[in-house]
Amino acid sequence: MLITCPHCGPRDISEFAYQGEGGRTRPDPASTDLEAWNAYVYQRLNTAGAHDEIWQHAGGCRSHLAVVRDTLTHEIASVRFAREHGAPAHGRRKPGARK
Amino acid sequence: MSSRRTAAGGRIDRLRTIRFTFDGRAYAGFQGDTLASALLANGVSLLARSFKYHRPRGVLTSGIDEPNALVTVLRGDIREPNIPATMVEIYDGLVAVSQNRFPSLAYDVSAINQLGGKFISAGFYYKTFMGPVVGPLKGTRFWMLCEKVIRRAAGLGRAGLAPDPARYERMNAFCDVLVVGSGPAGLAAAREAAASGARVILTELDPQFGGSANWSGETIDGEPSKAWASDIVGELRDHDNVRLLKRTTVWGYYDGNTLAAIERVGDHKDAPAKGAPRHRHWTIRAKNVVLATGAFERPLVFPGNDRPGVMMASAAQRYANLYGVLPGEKIAIFTNNDSAYRAAVALNKAGATIAAIVDVRPEISEDCRALARQCGAELLVGHAVVGTAGGKKLTGIKVAQFAIAAGALPSGGHNIETDCLLMSGGWSPTIHLASQAGARPLWNEALQAFLPPEAGQGWIGAGAFNGTFSTADAIAEGFAAGRAALDLPRVEPGTPHVEPAPLDPRPAPVFEIRAKGKAFVDFQHDVTADDVRLAHLEGFVSVEHLKRYTTLGMATDQGKGSNVPGLAIMAEAVGKPIPEVGTTRFRPPYAPVSVGALAAERFGDLKPERLTPMHDWHLENGATMYSAGLWFRPMIYGEAGETIEQAYVREARTTRETAGIVDVSTLGKIAVQGPDAAEFLDRVYSNVFSTLAVGKARYGLMLREDGLVFDDGTTWRLGEHDFLMTTTTANAGKVMQHLEYFLDVVWPELKVHLTSVTDQWAGAAIGGPKAREILASCVTGTRVDNEVLPFMGIVHGEISGAPVMICRLSFSGEMAFEVYSGAGHGTHVWEALVEAGKPCGMVPYGLEALGTMRIEKGHVTGAEIDGRTSARDLHLGWMLSKKKPFIGSAMMDREGIVAPGRLELVGLISLDNRPLAGGSHVVMEAYPENPHGSLGHITAACFSPALGKYIALALVSGGKARHGSRAHVSDPLRGRFGPVEIVSHHFFDPEGKRMHG
Repeated sequence: MLITCPHCGPRDISEFAYQGEGGRTRPDPASTDLEAWNAYVYQRLNTAGAHDEIWQHAGGCRSHLAVVRDTLTHEIASVRFAREHGAPAHGRRKPGARK
Repeated sequence: MSSRRTAAGGRIDRLRTIRFTFDGRAYAGFQGDTLASALLANGVSLLARSFKYHRPRGVLTSGIDEPNALVTVLRGDIREPNIPATMVEIYDGLVAVSQNRFPSLAYDVSAINQLGGKFISAGFYYKTFMGPVVGPLKGTRFWMLCEKVIRRAAGLGRAGLAPDPARYERMNAFCDVLVVGSGPAGLAAAREAAASGARVILTELDPQFGGSANWSGETIDGEPSKAWASDIVGELRDHDNVRLLKRTTVWGYYDGNTLAAIERVGDHKDAPAKGAPRHRHWTIRAKNVVLATGAFERPLVFPGNDRPGVMMASAAQRYANLYGVLPGEKIAIFTNNDSAYRAAVALNKAGATIAAIVDVRPEISEDCRALARQCGAELLVGHAVVGTAGGKKLTGIKVAQFAIAAGALPSGGHNIETDCLLMSGGWSPTIHLASQAGARPLWNEALQAFLPPEAGQGWIGAGAFNGTFSTADAIAEGFAAGRAALDLPRVEPGTPHVEPAPLDPRPAPVFEIRAKGKAFVDFQHDVTADDVRLAHLEGFVSVEHLKRYTTLGMATDQGKGSNVPGLAIMAEAVGKPIPEVGTTRFRPPYAPVSVGALAAERFGDLKPERLTPMHDWHLENGATMYSAGLWFRPMIYGEAGETIEQAYVREARTTRETAGIVDVSTLGKIAVQGPDAAEFLDRVYSNVFSTLAVGKARYGLMLREDGLVFDDGTTWRLGEHDFLMTTTTANAGKVMQHLEYFLDVVWPELKVHLTSVTDQWAGAAIGGPKAREILASCVTGTRVDNEVLPFMGIVHGEISGAPVMICRLSFSGEMAFEVYSGAGHGTHVWEALVEAGKPCGMVPYGLEALGTMRIEKGHVTGAEIDGRTSARDLHLGWMLSKKKPFIGSAMMDREGIVAPGRLELVGLISLDNRPLAGGSHVVMEAYPENPHGSLGHITAACFSPALGKYIALALVSGGKARHGSRAHVSDPLRGRFGPVEIVSHHFFDPEGKRMHG
């Protein structure tokens, strides 16, 4: 399997570390909604087909990549930097803003 | 040399005689012979005994699909079993032996199995040896009794026990087009692709390129096909952009157009060339693949079809044209299609008499009749072979009238004297690689074969692989495939003129002749047509189940020849057409692959070694080293005659009395820098770091998202935006990855940069009552007194000219300092510190003493942070900030994590003054014979010089509430049971007076 790292180009799977299912929404850090946290920490879709996932180019630029991979064929539909694409909508605080 | 060798012809070098032995007898062949061709030339027809019945077997094919003639090749003590004799190229001194026979190939006592054949039919093992014991001769227990005998009787060659001295290597290759197979189609594709300048790899599993062009006897545009092929190969060799790999089997087709191939570099020589490996493994990444893998001729299934002397028609043609060997003198042909007629003519030309051509079809073309006449054969159309005669060698066949339409079993018949029967049951395209790539084959009724579907996953087929059996069309397809693989515009290929004109490729749909006697479908696993029918009778309808129950197609040849006949017989039994029965999916490897080639240089101890800058010093000063993950760390610096315990007790005691120094370079170190560094640390640590003053350090605790403890360590604020984080040695990589994930994926807006600086810093921790005095005596540029360097303070200075950074923090519980220097100065600074410590009697200490002092202090490490403990379990609840959320803060208060009765950190003191051991259980009752009711377990234990007792840290249910109570430790593995007192984990100096000084 090859993953085309947007920074380094096509590289062998052995250079990458799987970092779990992508597309998950991290609850607001201050949230005490245990259901939401439970969903974020434990619930996985286990998709057969197009699957959002996060890979780190651990043996390369160390970027985290938002990859859409077909779990049935290993075909990779898209690879993008997670920081530009895969970041969940929640869970962010403005830099420097301290409580 | 022998009557079986023709006077001329073939690709062998008749001037170079090669001597070899088979089963201890010396034979001679020519350079270019395979073991099979050389033995056939010597008139040897018996090469093997079959798997179950020990029936005599000869050579059936001429290539990688050979199911019968498996041999073991010996090189000194090295045995290489189960190699098809058809794939062994002979060399001077080759030693090959037959397999699965006792005492000899000619007289095999186990051949008696044939008489009991009914009892070892399909499912024999399941029926006899599985399930409940219902008597002495059934069930799993019976199997255990019989296993040794059966394993010896049934099977293949014996693997060697000697270590393999051969060298293997692996290569990665990249290309625009990989052409698999170098027959006419593959050569045409490679030539066309190479001409455009693209990077091309052409692989061929045989020792020479050309495939069928080498033995078909055709002419292409007036030129003999052999010469046509070698012209193209010569042309390709001149291209810099082409890599030619012969003796190379592409055995796996994986996703992303990654293909695996094995090149047999040295097997055809008595010794590999200097520097050359035995096998070379190739991982080939191809933009596009042209599959020109050809087709296999299928056997016909009829009684006695396995007798030595029965052979595939195309194989015989190959032996005659490629090796100048006639497999028989008086040859009969049995076919359901036209292609065998060409084989008959070729063998006749080479000097054999063609006794008869038996064709199941009631009508054949005028072309075929002409070919039969040309070779002087008696032509028996509408006939079938219903039996073979002879013992270990064919002497004759029985032929009877056969009507396809009626499907009637033949009766009566007459005998024909012959010493070789060639059969042809049609052709199966070699679609294995396409199947591996996920293609579902499609049944073609006309060709009676599974063809590859539309090209997919970056491959294009050409030639016989596509069911295109005419050479001219195959070349045209190859040409088109070579262009299509590069997305070049289509050009109408000029179809070459091939002589003789192609025959009709369509066989009659006849796979089996049902008559009395064992008719083999899978020769290698001794699966007969009756076994397939029996499986159906017993309820097996899925082809996958059929395969597993009968083991059809599961031998080392993976059913290359037997797959389709087996399916056809099953389809007939089920009463469905073949495509509805379906076919099994082929999986890698296409052919056996040496494990050595897969491993290549990757054997033995593969772990890299991580050494601290002071490693050599430790060795020179008597350290016994200890591997901790990839790191090597001093365990003890033992003195003459000391036990490990005596050494660490001395080291720890001296440290607490005067001073000690320990190498802490292995701690993970991460530079956390940037305007948002403090905010970032507040989010990842459970306690607050943004309030930390510059020039101070703080102990920090990290949780995982699920609220359990992840790691701990101190983090130093070197500047407003500049932190140095330390992690435990074991978790350095994991923490780095954890931080990077959050920074990159969850909080990309934070302006923080992370750099792993573990290897850039050398660390020495010096502790003990005299530590400050020693440090003061060697540090310049800064004071180290309480005022300038308070607890958790950081100063910069120099030691012996090298810049150092000193933080006053303590793991040992003593007044202690961690001295960091650039890794290149590590030993220099270390030696200066050791020198400065000499007047007070400071000792270097190792991991054992370090562990002892941390147990005395009740500090946690990986043994307690085991992925199951919460901060509160470890009495670190005070580090969980209530002022801010952090990773794990939401999940750490879940019911189960705060439930009463969880295992909590406690201390244990041995009451019988005997050692305690990690992993022992803590139980309440003094019941050594039946220890039960575990309260928890010991995580770390030592002899404490400070207390003069054996002590331990433990995780015990109830924790603090049990302080002061008695319990027992139980360690049945080491035979240890004894009383302990449960106490606080702070054994020594609980107020921390010593480190605060």
